[in-house]
Amino acid sequence: MSILINKNTKLLVQGITGRDGSFHTAKMKAYGTNIVAGVSPGKGGQTHEGIPVFNTVEEAVKSTGANTSIIFVPAPFAGDAILEAAEGGIELVVCISEGVPTLDMVKATAYLKKKGVKLIGANCPGLITPDEALVGILPGNIFMKGNVGLMSRSGTLTYEMVNQLTTNGLGQSTCVGIGGDPVAGLYYQELLQMFEDDPETEAIVLIGEIGGDAEERAAQYIKEKISKPVVAFIAGQTAPPGKRMGHAGAIISSGSGTAAEKIAAFEAVGVPVARRPVEIPVLVKQLLAKRN
Amino acid sequence: MKIHEYQAKEFFSRYRIPITREKVCYTIDEVAEVAGELGFPVVVKAQVLVGGRGKAGGVKLAKSMEEARAAAGKILGMDIKGCTVEKVLVAEGVKFNSEFYVGLTIDRNSKSVIFMASAEGGVEIEEVAKENPDAIHKFIIDPDLGMSPFMARKIAFRLFEDINLVKQAVDLFQKLYQLFIDTDASLVEINPLVVTDEGKLLALDGKMNFDDNALYRQPAIAALNEPDEDEKKEIEAKEKGLSYIRLDGTIGCMVNGAGLAMATMDMIKYFGGQPANFLDIGGSSNPQKVVEAMKLLMSDKNVHVVMINIFGGITRCDDVARGLITALNQIDVNIPIVVRLSGTNAKEGLEIIKQANLPVVNSMSEAAQEAMRLCKGCSQEKN
Repeated sequence: MSILINKNTKLLVQGITGRDGSFHTAKMKAYGTNIVAGVSPGKGGQTHEGIPVFNTVEEAVKSTGANTSIIFVPAPFAGDAILEAAEGGIELVVCISEGVPTLDMVKATAYLKKKGVKLIGANCPGLITPDEALVGILPGNIFMKGNVGLMSRSGTLTYEMVNQLTTNGLGQSTCVGIGGDPVAGLYYQELLQMFEDDPETEAIVLIGEIGGDAEERAAQYIKEKISKPVVAFIAGQTAPPGKRMGHAGAIISSGSGTAAEKIAAFEAVGVPVARRPVEIPVLVKQLLAKRN
Repeated sequence: MKIHEYQAKEFFSRYRIPITREKVCYTIDEVAEVAGELGFPVVVKAQVLVGGRGKAGGVKLAKSMEEARAAAGKILGMDIKGCTVEKVLVAEGVKFNSEFYVGLTIDRNSKSVIFMASAEGGVEIEEVAKENPDAIHKFIIDPDLGMSPFMARKIAFRLFEDINLVKQAVDLFQKLYQLFIDTDASLVEINPLVVTDEGKLLALDGKMNFDDNALYRQPAIAALNEPDEDEKKEIEAKEKGLSYIRLDGTIGCMVNGAGLAMATMDMIKYFGGQPANFLDIGGSSNPQKVVEAMKLLMSDKNVHVVMINIFGGITRCDDVARGLITALNQIDVNIPIVVRLSGTNAKEGLEIIKQANLPVVNSMSEAAQEAMRLCKGCSQEKN
């Protein structure tokens, strides 16, 4: 088991012929992901890296049975691509594109909720279930199959953390990059619940950052609903207020959304917060030992 | 992106949201002329892109020409939180009997636009939110429905009893929502929204912020941008594919990825240092980006040591290493550099770094410690 993606994932790549789409399609395929189709309007009927290309998502789904889609189209068109995926019959949409207007995401998340379709991102590195499927731009070689579930608002910081886990013998069930935008798809609470319900996951790592109050809400949710051990890390303790730290959502505004508040919220519900990435595997091992 | 009050109110006016008669002025003489046209009293308000102008003395009521000239003289050129006041808004003084707050923003949790309304207008809404959060009513707006008349009515009845005011408010709230959507705003506020002695709703002050990600389709708004010195540097960096924010410390950092860049700054602080900047060179492997990043770090005279922290995913460590060597050949770097490379092609990258006789470390923690060791005087900084 794992969450969201596995061996049965049949992946469609939206924007397969673009620079990024093409590059990462090759990487995902090399990792072993079952990529069944690509979409590139006007290029239907062609093949790309041996993968059939369609003009629309609907055609691709009908012809290949794709159930998951990854989006690499430029930001101005990403909102529409998400809508098209959901309307076309995709069950899980993963949007990598960075810089999608917030109101486009408001519209997309509302529509997907109505359709019962799951979304990861936008502005995210995607997700991976080690040895089964890579749906994203994560470097597959640092991951190892195992029992730690991980979720993160950041890309490279995730790699840093995963590297710490893997080199310390802690493999991962599924790692999900939820993205750095203020309005995004699946977030901490939904993923915490999925990891809680996943028999393969034994411990959860949550990597947050400044901006918003999702970490505070996650802490409350952990207190009420999660029995598995959770370890957290918050980036941005030294971030100045009022400045957007790279990610559109990473901003301390009107004095709220600080790292200190988030760390305090987790510690108040008994979730240990690592001060440095190296502490993550140590804390996970401690909690697992305590539990067994 | 932020705009000035007078610009926000120009938008209000275009959407037929009632505002005070007013004009923006750049000199004392202009203020006097406008005040003369409007008639007394007038309010002279500093136009700066930072909050807290009232407390700083940037808003003054003038009951005569002398007072108007004096107010303009005091406010023009005044420093408010590091911003010099270059223009003031001169508005008619209005008699009113009650003040309210209304605003629209994006709510991350409901993933929707929310409308906020409060009878506690005229004060900073952040303070109301802290001290009396129940005084702010919040309404989630369904993106498919938009601001329906029933929703606008529901909100209006929370603020007003008089049906005439409710009717005006319903109209105003719908226009305000449309303005928010049409302009890709991230915040629209009227504070205060007043009821005048004549029983009319009027926007006395206005604020608008916009979604940076949407500026590409809002050229008229993008044209209003007035970046300060720091922001100009940030924009310049962005044009080169770099995300840069200057800070006050002494250890310059170069990192790939925003989260890792923040974590790197935190690590420096953990070991007692102060980061000089946030710098994310992004996900691609273009060596030229590293050259530009080094130039940017060297342009900050406070930087005593450079810490490079790369975890290669899409970014290839050997490309970063090559970029760094090119940079060192092109620009005069006379301060120590610490390099940490992990992930994709780290081995090849480290080989290049070693050949250039630069110190190499194995982890983020080690990099921060080594940077501190090499940085003379860095640990004596304030906390």
